[in-house]
Amino acid sequence: MSNQAPHYTLLYFASLGEQLGTQSETLKCEEGPETVGELISLLTKRGESWEPLLAPTTKVAVNQTIANRETTISAGDEIAFFPPVTGG
Amino acid sequence: MIRVQTEDFHLQTEYEALQQSGHSGAIVTFIGSVRDFTGLGTTEDNATFRLDHYPGMTEKVLEKIELQAKARWDLIATTIIHRVGELKAGDQIVLVGASSRHRKNAFEACEFMMDILKTQAPFWKKEGHHWVDAKESDNEAANRWLID
Repeated sequence: MSNQAPHYTLLYFASLGEQLGTQSETLKCEEGPETVGELISLLTKRGESWEPLLAPTTKVAVNQTIANRETTISAGDEIAFFPPVTGG
Repeated sequence: MIRVQTEDFHLQTEYEALQQSGHSGAIVTFIGSVRDFTGLGTTEDNATFRLDHYPGMTEKVLEKIELQAKARWDLIATTIIHRVGELKAGDQIVLVGASSRHRKNAFEACEFMMDILKTQAPFWKKEGHHWVDAKESDNEAANRWLID
């Protein structure tokens, strides 16, 4: 592992996944983001189509637990973004 | 007991499981089903209903909801079953059930589990090409459990 760049598993669910055109990816970067907010900044630099990540309604979970922009993340984490839930 | 599954469920089976989990005196169950969203009486081929979820997190959230209900009310057993995948109008989606020595506990626990599930469990409904919007009334229903 020491020779590999840190990686993060990113998941995008439901309408958000459709808007972004992807449902999952493995993000590799040498200088990994340390918070959810930093990760969002990194992703939105890709272009306008990534701006839904900035929407206040967009939820985030880190390792399957609800998180927020301030939550710290580290290599190997699973970070999921999704719209408000509508089950039941 | 929680389950997330594509297949249908049967009320009688789940009722008996609650009944057999201990001497209760009161069992309440609730079933939610797919509304006819096309307004035509039947769903058309291009108007399928789908339920997506976040495998792994969904189960964790449902287990937490059960634990919270059991901490709050004197319950003997609880059940939460939620279906995922493609469904059609009239199909069953969700079942919650609770057994207790007294009916009030069982009624309230079922309402609580549904209200929290609807706002916390990572499920998303898609009607045809349209993702269902979250409703403010669902948030209000969930929030009332924070007050009393």
